Amino acid sequence: MGARRAIGRILFYLLVALIIVYTVFPFYWAIVSSLKEGSALYRVDLFPPHPAWGNYVGIFQQQNFARNILNSVIVAGAVVAVSLLLSVTASYALGRVEFRGRTALLLTILAVSMFPQVAVLSGMFELVSWLGIYDTIWSLILSYLILTLPFTTWVLTTFMRDLPKELEEAALVDGARPWTIITRVFLPLLWPALATTGLLAFITAWNEFMFAITFTLSNEKRTVPVAIALISGASHFELPWGRVMAASVIVTIPLVVLVLVFQRRIVSGLTAGAVKG
Amino acid sequence: MEAVRQRSEAESPAAAPAELTELTRQRRRSARIFVLPMLAVLAVVAGWPLLRTIFFSFTDANLGSLEGYKLIGLDNFQALAADGDWWNAVFNTVRFAITSVIIETVLGMIIALTLNAHIPGRGMLRAAVLIPWAIPTVVSAQMWNWMYNDLYGVLNHIFLGLGLIHQPLAWTANPHLALTAVVLVDVWKTTPFMTLLILAALQLVPLEIYEAARIDGISPLKVFWRVTLPLIRPALMVAIIFRTLDALRIFDLPFILTGNSKATASMAVYARQQLIDFQDVGYGSAASTFLFLVVAVFTVIYITAGRVRFGTGDR
Repeated sequence: MGARRAIGRILFYLLVALIIVYTVFPFYWAIVSSLKEGSALYRVDLFPPHPAWGNYVGIFQQQNFARNILNSVIVAGAVVAVSLLLSVTASYALGRVEFRGRTALLLTILAVSMFPQVAVLSGMFELVSWLGIYDTIWSLILSYLILTLPFTTWVLTTFMRDLPKELEEAALVDGARPWTIITRVFLPLLWPALATTGLLAFITAWNEFMFAITFTLSNEKRTVPVAIALISGASHFELPWGRVMAASVIVTIPLVVLVLVFQRRIVSGLTAGAVKG
Repeated sequence: MEAVRQRSEAESPAAAPAELTELTRQRRRSARIFVLPMLAVLAVVAGWPLLRTIFFSFTDANLGSLEGYKLIGLDNFQALAADGDWWNAVFNTVRFAITSVIIETVLGMIIALTLNAHIPGRGMLRAAVLIPWAIPTVVSAQMWNWMYNDLYGVLNHIFLGLGLIHQPLAWTANPHLALTAVVLVDVWKTTPFMTLLILAALQLVPLEIYEAARIDGISPLKVFWRVTLPLIRPALMVAIIFRTLDALRIFDLPFILTGNSKATASMAVYARQQLIDFQDVGYGSAASTFLFLVVAVFTVIYITAGRVRFGTGDR
């Protein structure tokens, strides 16, 4: 019996090790490859024999990657700010006030969050050209709202709904108006929820690809995902993989750090968005 | 939170009706005003573009001159029904959705069960599992593209070393392998999401059940099939439908791994190619509208099956 248990234990830890290797290896391989230059890139070494930073220097010199990063930060930051601003007041109404048409509204918001992006692509293209913002980052700030706004409203509504009722009643008795209740009573309690929701919305905007490749044309207007997808080398057939991996590592490390720091919060935010409803 | 809510329900007085009605009315008025800005923005960025896309699908609009279109009725949809490449894209999408969701569910279940066991270093394991989720889709696609490389890719190297294959494979270029390659990346990228949702459900299963089963000497496998699985089934169903919805809309992965290649083109890839690359807004919009309808059907299933909670909870 003892031996059988020991074998079971070993198998279990083997499984754990296998899971870790499976989830971490591709990212590890990207880091290793980004540190290899020249012919070293084409050899399979688990550890770079002569780590070199040439690829990292290269992406900033040979194409304006700093500009792409700045674009991504501006777009994602603006989208998150607008989404949170609009959804805080809306979520108070949707989560705490009983009014006619509320269920229909919530259903609409949920349905919009399921829209395939391509379903609004031609209409959005027309809107973007009509507003004269084609090939500017404004087109992305506008179009990304369809991805983040339903999500932030939905998640904040579930958090609003769970706040204790007495707080609001006490404020109401004191004659506070709804706007005061939101800003003075609920907002301080909602900071953790706002941080989580904002972070998830930021990641969504940071990662978006289809609108970005459709509504921007010049390299100075591009965001990071498009830049990484379009990095090209001297010939069409051989991509500069070292530089592609370096760019990938640069944009991923901040996200991985954020996710590891806010692990618990992200888990609760994700489950609130998908299951708790 | 649950405890607080129950207490508030028990203790709050039955609300002095006369004063509260004026307050309630005021609250409802402001509620409508509070929702308005959000709704206005949503109407501009979602409602209007969707209506325009549906409208365009009945026209012969061209990307070069969006104003000069004429209505052509159902011609686009008839052409779509007769278009072999379109049905190929539909078939690709369905195959992709079914295989990736099945593998993600099984793998997510295994990892969630492992994470649910109380082992040392559990936090580290959970952090490791979250990494693929945090990596942008475009980046995952490029990372795997490099690992898939037929000449220098590490995957071929590993598989050759293990004797699983006898010659290097062209993962993304070989039309028989390309869709599998896309599925593998998607599985890697989205299994964490599945894992988290399943784990959340697993943690709600009372520990006493496992304890009782262990004392009665019931095998762990039987406990899983007879006790755990039925208990987490509702949450599992929601997760599966949610992932299916996502898989049906897939665009980034096939587009970056294989371009507009016929072997992997999904409905979204095909629709965008018609719309943007071939500038045929009418035809592309018809394909987009079709995809929208498919997703809409699944959304209805999701909302009904998920028994989504719309009440304010304590009111």
